[in-house]
Amino acid sequence: MPEMTLVQAINEGIRFSLELDPSVVVLGEDVGKNGGVFRTTEGLWDTFGDERVIDTPLAEAGIIGASIGMAVNGLRPIAEIQFMGFIYPGFEQIVTHAARLRTRTQGQYPASLVVRVPYGGGIRAPELHSDSTESLFVHIPGLKVVVPSTPYDAKGLLLAAVRDPDPVIYLEPMKIYRAFRGEVPDREYEVPLGCARQVREGEDVTLIAWGAMVPLAEQAARILAKKGISCDLIDLRSLYPLDEKTIIGSVKKTGRAVIVHEAPKTAGLGAELTALIDEHAFLWLEAPVTRVTGFDVPVPMFALEDDFRPNLCRIEEAVDQVINF
Amino acid sequence: MVDLKQMERVGIQLVRPDGHLTETGRDVWERMPEDRKRAFYQWMVQVRLFDRRSVTLQRQGRIGTYAPMEGQEAAQVGSALALGKEDWIFPSYREHGVAMVAGMPLDRILLYWMGRVEGNRAPEGVRVLPPYVPIATQIPQAMGAAWAAKMKREPSVAVAYFGDGATSEGDFHEACNFAGVFRLPVVFFCQNNHYAISVPFSRQSAVPTVAERASAYAIRGIQVDGNDVLAVYTAMEEAVRRGKNGEGATLIEAVTYRRGAHTTADDATRYREDSEVREWTEEKDPIARYERLLMEEGLLTPDRARKWEQRCRETVEAAVKEAEAAPAPPPSHLFAHVYKDLPPELVRQRRQLTGGDETHA
Ligand SMILES: Cc1ncc(C[n+]2csc(CCOP(=O)(O)OP(=O)(O)O)c2C)c(N)n1
Ligand SMILES: [Mg+2]
Repeated sequence: MPEMTLVQAINEGIRFSLELDPSVVVLGEDVGKNGGVFRTTEGLWDTFGDERVIDTPLAEAGIIGASIGMAVNGLRPIAEIQFMGFIYPGFEQIVTHAARLRTRTQGQYPASLVVRVPYGGGIRAPELHSDSTESLFVHIPGLKVVVPSTPYDAKGLLLAAVRDPDPVIYLEPMKIYRAFRGEVPDREYEVPLGCARQVREGEDVTLIAWGAMVPLAEQAARILAKKGISCDLIDLRSLYPLDEKTIIGSVKKTGRAVIVHEAPKTAGLGAELTALIDEHAFLWLEAPVTRVTGFDVPVPMFALEDDFRPNLCRIEEAVDQVINF
Repeated sequence: MVDLKQMERVGIQLVRPDGHLTETGRDVWERMPEDRKRAFYQWMVQVRLFDRRSVTLQRQGRIGTYAPMEGQEAAQVGSALALGKEDWIFPSYREHGVAMVAGMPLDRILLYWMGRVEGNRAPEGVRVLPPYVPIATQIPQAMGAAWAAKMKREPSVAVAYFGDGATSEGDFHEACNFAGVFRLPVVFFCQNNHYAISVPFSRQSAVPTVAERASAYAIRGIQVDGNDVLAVYTAMEEAVRRGKNGEGATLIEAVTYRRGAHTTADDATRYREDSEVREWTEEKDPIARYERLLMEEGLLTPDRARKWEQRCRETVEAAVKEAEAAPAPPPSHLFAHVYKDLPPELVRQRRQLTGGDETHA
């Protein structure tokens, strides 16, 4: 099986989608000739041409609005927004329209489209390039939100997202775009939306993470294992809908949960997960659910980003805290 | 005064690429004080040497990703020198030249590219906002600052600096429209450097110039040769004068070229031809053109040029030293200035970060 990076696997997923379905089009800034600023669409413009891999004017409301219109009229757009920090001009199109066209037209015009968005920090990017505002989208009824953290999932989730009848925000953790390689089958397959991935089995504490926090949590789990603490690590993959069964099952087994996300704490997805656990596994809990998150400050410029982001030390501390509660 | 109406049809050029003045250029030149003529040159050289040094610093890992501006010196220096201390500047991330001329210390510009928030803050009295990274978002804000000046009857303009790509965003349209409706003292200064990262201007607009869009908003539109410092200055001076006279907004399109990559993280060979870059570098260089003029007019000698370059290099080195010597901010700095008064939850989070050690907070 070929080994590839996350970014290559996303490229594979888009390539397969374009090959398998003639109604799929890719549009965004620099996605064509340049192959995307992260090279995610590398080679696709050469293969599929200017009508299916489209360099658009610099306008996010235009890109997402156009994608909705294309979807209404029978195409399957995959829109790229260059960084999460630049999605906001298109926010209205997502929140007001992509998310609710299905409801407003009572099923007549579902906005079946994918918006791909690199997100998160940790790469010393220039100012305002490191947002992690996934909860803004998770909060909007009508949207689905997914985040791969392995090359295998990147391709499978992309293929599933493109075929999904609902609008899907497909988040790409930039920090691990090229951090490691993984096996990716050279065939069509889907990773279904709404299913978490069990990364590691353990008995003492449940760790929940997604995106670039998954490898970090994995590392923490390995260190903790040496100290005799076994972690059940869940990579959510799908932020909406959530895989309640896997999450609740794990917490009932361990009785403890630590949630790790790089977004700020207040009203982050960790709050939703905590409430979910509270509703379904309260009687199994041995300690309060604990969050390791970015601080409630604007994402800092990169000189201080390591202080902002969750790190091994903070995860270990949180685990210690729930174990010794 | 120069008849800009006549010029705007051809796109203003006062100094030809061979360094000779046009007829109108000669008029402008004769009326211009000598120190101004020299200032154009001195600043352009200073800005270019800073820019080149910054690219090297990035390669050496001493600063982060950097947005080079080489090739755009005339557009930036010429426009900024036409502004006064009372005028507001809302720049994009590529306006190091503008910022410097307006009084932003070089070491602060470097700090910004070192990922340090201190680099965002201009000294007292320097009305330069931080670089605006999300494209076009500064344009409505400049319009608003100009609106406030008008309401307060202050004689000042606000300038939004942005690129050709920015003209595709809704923010650009909204700002121009407000400026037209409320007749605001704002200057929309577009450096059309031909590319938005890899995307050529033909993908931003089917209309061949940015300037002609102005007519849709009933504001004034001028296209200038952005590599002709004298033309840029003259157009900007006129726009500022009109703004302060209550004659409303101007959209200036300075036609120029981004000689380097979009940023140090970009590979421009993927989307543009070497021959194009060579043409702009060898035949349309903004500094070489002006240097020729100065020498021909007896205001510069090769020896003085060398000496000035040397001085600029020293200035840049001093700034590098100063920026690199700036003490690293403590982690608790994350919480500085997030709110006027930190809410209790943030006080808790800060304590969590510092382990209760607030001595450096
Ligand atoms: C709203 C927004 N979308 C996308 C980007 C990513 N991006 C950064 S620079 C750039 C191109 C800008 O081109 P232009 O306006 O011509 O300015 P230039 O870089 O040429 O100076 C893009 C697409 C961004 N910063 N903000
Ligand atoms: Mg440009």
